[in-house]
Amino acid sequence: MPDQSLYIHVPFCKRACHYCDFHFSTVQKHKKEVLEAMLLELDLRKGELPDRNLCSIYFGGGTPSLLSISELNVFFDHIARYFNWGRKTEITLEANPDDLSEAYLKSLLKETPINRLSIGVQSFAEEDLRYMGRIHTAREAEEVLFKAQDLGFEKLSIDLIFGGPTTSDEIWAANLEKAASLQVQHLSCYALTVEERTALGYRVRKDLSPQPSESRAARQFEYLMAFAERQDYEPYEISNFARKGHRAIHNSLYWQGAPYLGIGPSAHSFDGHRRRRWNVANNGLYLKCLTTGQPPWEEECLTSEQRYNELVLTRLRTLEGLSAKAIQDLGENYLQHFLRQAKSLQAEKLLEEEKGWYRLSRAGRLLADFVARELFWV
Amino acid sequence: MQKIRNFCVIAHIDHGKSTLSDRLLEYTNTISKREMQDQALDNMDLERERGITIKSHAIQLSYQRPSDGETYTFNLIDTPGHVDFSYEVSRSIAACEGALLLVDATQGIQAQTISNLYLALDQGLEIIPVVNKIDMPNAMVEEVSDQIVELIGCAPEDIIPASGKTGAGVQDILEAIVERIPPPTGEPEEPLQALIFDSIFNSYRGVIAYFRIMNGTLCKGDKVRFVNTGKEYEADEIGILRMDMVPQQELSAGNVGYIITGIKTSREIKVGDTITHVDRPCEESIQGFEDVKPMVYAGIFPIDNDEYEDLRDSLEKLQLNDAALVFEPETSVALGFGFRCGFLGMLHLEIVQERLSREFDMEVITTVPNVSYFAYTKRGEKLTIHTPSDMPEPTVLDYIEEPYIRAQMITKPDFIGPIITLCLEKRGVLINQLYLTSTRVELTFELPLAEIVFDFYDRLKSISRGYASFDYTPIDYRRSDLVKLDILLNGEAVDALSALVHRSKAEAFGRKICKKLKELLPRQQYKIAIQASIGAKVIARETISALRKDVTAKCYGGDITRKRKLLEKQKKGKKKMRQIGKVQVPQKAFLQVLKLD
Repeated sequence: MPDQSLYIHVPFCKRACHYCDFHFSTVQKHKKEVLEAMLLELDLRKGELPDRNLCSIYFGGGTPSLLSISELNVFFDHIARYFNWGRKTEITLEANPDDLSEAYLKSLLKETPINRLSIGVQSFAEEDLRYMGRIHTAREAEEVLFKAQDLGFEKLSIDLIFGGPTTSDEIWAANLEKAASLQVQHLSCYALTVEERTALGYRVRKDLSPQPSESRAARQFEYLMAFAERQDYEPYEISNFARKGHRAIHNSLYWQGAPYLGIGPSAHSFDGHRRRRWNVANNGLYLKCLTTGQPPWEEECLTSEQRYNELVLTRLRTLEGLSAKAIQDLGENYLQHFLRQAKSLQAEKLLEEEKGWYRLSRAGRLLADFVARELFWV
Repeated sequence: MQKIRNFCVIAHIDHGKSTLSDRLLEYTNTISKREMQDQALDNMDLERERGITIKSHAIQLSYQRPSDGETYTFNLIDTPGHVDFSYEVSRSIAACEGALLLVDATQGIQAQTISNLYLALDQGLEIIPVVNKIDMPNAMVEEVSDQIVELIGCAPEDIIPASGKTGAGVQDILEAIVERIPPPTGEPEEPLQALIFDSIFNSYRGVIAYFRIMNGTLCKGDKVRFVNTGKEYEADEIGILRMDMVPQQELSAGNVGYIITGIKTSREIKVGDTITHVDRPCEESIQGFEDVKPMVYAGIFPIDNDEYEDLRDSLEKLQLNDAALVFEPETSVALGFGFRCGFLGMLHLEIVQERLSREFDMEVITTVPNVSYFAYTKRGEKLTIHTPSDMPEPTVLDYIEEPYIRAQMITKPDFIGPIITLCLEKRGVLINQLYLTSTRVELTFELPLAEIVFDFYDRLKSISRGYASFDYTPIDYRRSDLVKLDILLNGEAVDALSALVHRSKAEAFGRKICKKLKELLPRQQYKIAIQASIGAKVIARETISALRKDVTAKCYGGDITRKRKLLEKQKKGKKKMRQIGKVQVPQKAFLQVLKLD
């Protein structure tokens, strides 16, 4: 099966989380029109993927769990016109704990092909959830995980956020323990990042909220890596940890440079070679484009240097790392540049090499952006 | 010759010299209103933007007197109006018989005006006082007139009230130039004696020198010698200066003009030099020639060492029309290969830096400026030191002498206290305090030049709320207890940040620099220790903690582009930094570190 995936961006949320700068709207007036436009976009762009078979379908957002079962199935019916999926295809729905009622979970399993849930738990501590502006409570999150497993969802992932001012080291350790004890096989763990155009960004700028402490985030990230090792979670990507056989296919394809088609406002697409497209991050403009026959995307064609930079950026985030061969395929000059730059990073023990594969060391993972910059061609 | 009038305008910055000059051009039809661009005489972009005249210029006007219809030739010699360029001013003055003393009716006389006025009086120039900007609502015409009367002892009715903006008084000024300024003297038959008062560089024609003929006659094609440089040339073209250059066959005593000889670099032409004939030389050169010496030195380094040769090229080209700029190669352990450059003052330094960036697209690192010192060794040698790292070791060094200046400041009595405090803090000695009028005081201080090099002028302006003007002249070198203060980053001395400071101020200075560096240096994945030391003794220390985490958490939904662009941009920014040992130092840090408010 060729490695390719489909991403569906559902640009609606019940309410805004304080830290989130992904594209969404809390106004659902035009939900119907936007969803219809997304189907239209799929009609227009189906040819951008090289093959009919999909390795992954991913509903991200926003909050895809706002979609009803029938709304989801409209998508699947539509996707089925152009693409195939099989038992091995990973079909993920991002979901908020408060949306996952027992009835909804049951229907997802029985009536849709969805076989994986990525649940936005963020924390099992009330103070964290309140600080982040999440709708659900810690208790709800825990119950949802029990229920989903009970009903038969084998592939479950949760998001956890660390490094925030309410997240003490104790809370962080307890969150990870909880995830392990609940038998969650896949964890996406992010350091709280203050994005400019968010409520949190505003509060930090106005000194109403403290700037998250860098040393706390570093400490908790280090704790996370040790925890993952102890609990057999493979750190297969900087922010993603999975027990054996539970890596997220969808995520992995991004890091491997596979082609993906992104449908919906703000969704990104890549042809697997040089062309990247990104849709306008505005529901109204998106609608207007599709109803007037304008392309909703902007695009760029990567230069060789940019391809090299992306290769460094994406592959180094993975456990397998980056092979000298992959760099050489872009040109001998890139390999020479890489080897020259890599030398001091290796000496500083941020980068490790084994049989022509370069990986971040554990210390290097904390400084992945620094390492990437050093290796970049600018 | 009886119909020639040579004059200059003495004025403080912003007192309206450029506007009034424009008016004179307009009233004499030298330039039509349509062609009029504000500040027609300032033709460097930088001059127009900063509203100051950096290089002096000259222009010839024809004035037909309405009373008798007789036509007079005026040579207006424009002078630079900033302390850094006082020698150039003195040469411009030497080429004239008269001067318009232009004083802003809203501000009164300033120190710069007075020192230039003294230069003019020394040369015996006829002074025509003009009170400008009388149209302004806050004009104090009478008070300012009183100041002028007291200063030059003229009759109140000699003062012409004028406005460059409205044109009021311009006609009176033109008449006064004819009536009061004497025509030039000099003998057209005598051996040639012409004073070079300025030069400009033209990329097609080479260096063009402006001169005033004191005696003799110069013809096109004559063989000439520049007395002080001893070089000989042929006068390929001579002419007069209207809005453009107008070639002439001959020019004789009393006139002002230009000469083109095919000289390619302005270093060969020295302002103040005398032009004479090769076969019939004058007996002596015109008095007052000086080889202009830089007062302030700073290192200029390319950001990227590969650009060293480009920087050399750029500096050489700058030097073509900026003879006051001197430079020699310098090697810094921290910054690699660059140049130690000499400037007339801080403004000159800034102009050079800005011109490098604008005209040559050269981004450079400028190091902490310093003055030049004399170091005396125990063996009795006298060394001239242009950079702190050249200072002999303490074991060899006997003592150091530093340059002193005499500074004149004119201010309102209210600000005497703060100004004296500032000058004392800068190791100054009060020499004189003189009430020019009841509301204007002139303070004279002797100060080490090094103390005014950096922030003195800015601070003076701020403590006097702009009501203090400042001028200085170098006087001598004096023995001082100076120490070399080194700055260390992670234990490694950064030669480009070393400074010579007075022992009594070393510790405070060191502490401030360390603190400032802590603000200026970006955090890195190592801890950075910043230390200030005198010899082996550390006198101040700051630490920048290590950056422990430098990784973006999420890269969701396949948005690789944004992250790549961000990292690429950061990497570009980093390219503008210099690596010293393991520490990244931003380009600006080397100069900003001394902006110690």
